[in-house]
Amino acid sequence: MHAVVTVVGKDKTGIIAKVSAFLAGKGVNILDISQTILQDYFAMIMLVDTAGADEELSQLATECAQLGESIGMSIHLQHEEIFNAMHRV
Amino acid sequence: MFNKYDVLETINMIEREHLDIRTITMGISLLPCIAGSADETAKRVYDRVCSQAENLVKVAEALSKEYGIPIVNKRVSVTPASLICAPFAAQSAKIGRALDKAARTLGIDFLGGYSALVHKGMAGYEKTFIETIPEVLATTDKLCSSINIGSSKSGINMDAVRLMGEIVKKTAELTKDKDGFGCAKLVVFCNAVEDNPFMAGAFHGVGESGTVINVGVSGPGVVQHAIEAIPHADLTELAEMIKRTAFKITRAGQLVAREAAKRLGAEFGIVDLSLAPTPARGDSVAQILEEMGLECVGTHGTTACLAMLNDAVKKGGVMASSRVGGLSGAFIPVSEDIGMIEAAEKGGLNIDKLEAMTAVCSVGLDMIAVPGDTPASTISAIIADEAAIGMINNKTTAVRIIPAPGKDVGDCVNFGGLLGRAPIMPVHKESSEKFISRGGLIPAPIHSNKN
Repeated sequence: MHAVVTVVGKDKTGIIAKVSAFLAGKGVNILDISQTILQDYFAMIMLVDTAGADEELSQLATECAQLGESIGMSIHLQHEEIFNAMHRV
Repeated sequence: MFNKYDVLETINMIEREHLDIRTITMGISLLPCIAGSADETAKRVYDRVCSQAENLVKVAEALSKEYGIPIVNKRVSVTPASLICAPFAAQSAKIGRALDKAARTLGIDFLGGYSALVHKGMAGYEKTFIETIPEVLATTDKLCSSINIGSSKSGINMDAVRLMGEIVKKTAELTKDKDGFGCAKLVVFCNAVEDNPFMAGAFHGVGESGTVINVGVSGPGVVQHAIEAIPHADLTELAEMIKRTAFKITRAGQLVAREAAKRLGAEFGIVDLSLAPTPARGDSVAQILEEMGLECVGTHGTTACLAMLNDAVKKGGVMASSRVGGLSGAFIPVSEDIGMIEAAEKGGLNIDKLEAMTAVCSVGLDMIAVPGDTPASTISAIIADEAAIGMINNKTTAVRIIPAPGKDVGDCVNFGGLLGRAPIMPVHKESSEKFISRGGLIPAPIHSNKN
């Protein structure tokens, strides 16, 4: 199952390292990464495959949000279908 | 890979602009529950609702996390209870209490369907049923009630309109310790729809399947921000922007509805496209109208702005989903919308203007508090006016009005939560008593004869 991880917040060192280490630890495979800095704000979007993860998507989403709080970023993990539904005719 | 701006737009809509799924409502037919006695029927009703909706809250919470979009309310609607209670109408309260108990067991927010459809005529058992409403609403928490008193096809049942004025007054009186809160759970409809997921007017129509999932989307804040982003646009461009925004909101709703139906073993019913406000700032239909260029909602131009908004929302939504239903339009409840509350408080918005607004949007005079000494006949006359707008214009209209006991213009009632607070609005003092006491049926309009 594919999901989209978004990480938004003030830019600092080691954001990608922390998030990708967390995902690797959960068995989540990163398929694609896109990253930009907008006026000092860091915005990263990852497409990931959760097929190898032991946990349910809802549990992963909760833990991503917790990781975000611990590093001072806003992190969402969402089923990719929400973006397909809203942005593709 | 996704366009990163699309992804960030969705995140922004949810985090900052209050985009949410307002309700997942499971419609459940109670027809299999009819038994020989009120007690046995009540037991079957409780068991059926609890078994059909057993996983509703769990599934909704899981979907909310997986898609990262809040699902605010989990609700159930049932077959109009007057049909189930017909053989023992005097004991209808037992069914009402069983439904309320089921709602509490399930942990849902509201359960709708303590309802009767009397738009053409009112049988003795239906009148008896309706007379139980004030006491039942005063002694239950989650149960909501609605009565259909008119339709474009049948006309307006003015005997039922007269009765409902009295029922509204009595409901307020029996819940006077809570500012007449019972009336917030009671809607009087013309052209009620059978698949409405929104409360207090939801019921599960007899033409519906056994168990159905209907979803109500929301997002006034998203529309407001979209308009804010193009401050110099003309109205053609504004309408286009609203349409595109409504498309996205509806798609999110349809996704959740389909998946919820699949996981709950129910049919996917409809997506209701309504823009439903909450008392939170930035989640207001009134603020959209003000963003369009009105100093205060209620001033001249309000009806035109609202008509355009309502139509553009429908066009975007219909493009996004082939299963559109329910009420589908902009809601303008006074107490549940911060912009409406403030406009009413400063006198910019009155009942007469609200009545005009209801001619171009869903649904009607909603969550309006009026002085506690307003006569029942005046309330009936307000209901009749709204029903006439609905009947003639082939649309749903409704009245949810609270004659707040002991309160007068200048006071305020506060229900808290999503129901918000409402300043007491003045009503006309001149009597409508003779008109209402005539009773009978206002015949259906000529344009209803389409066969």
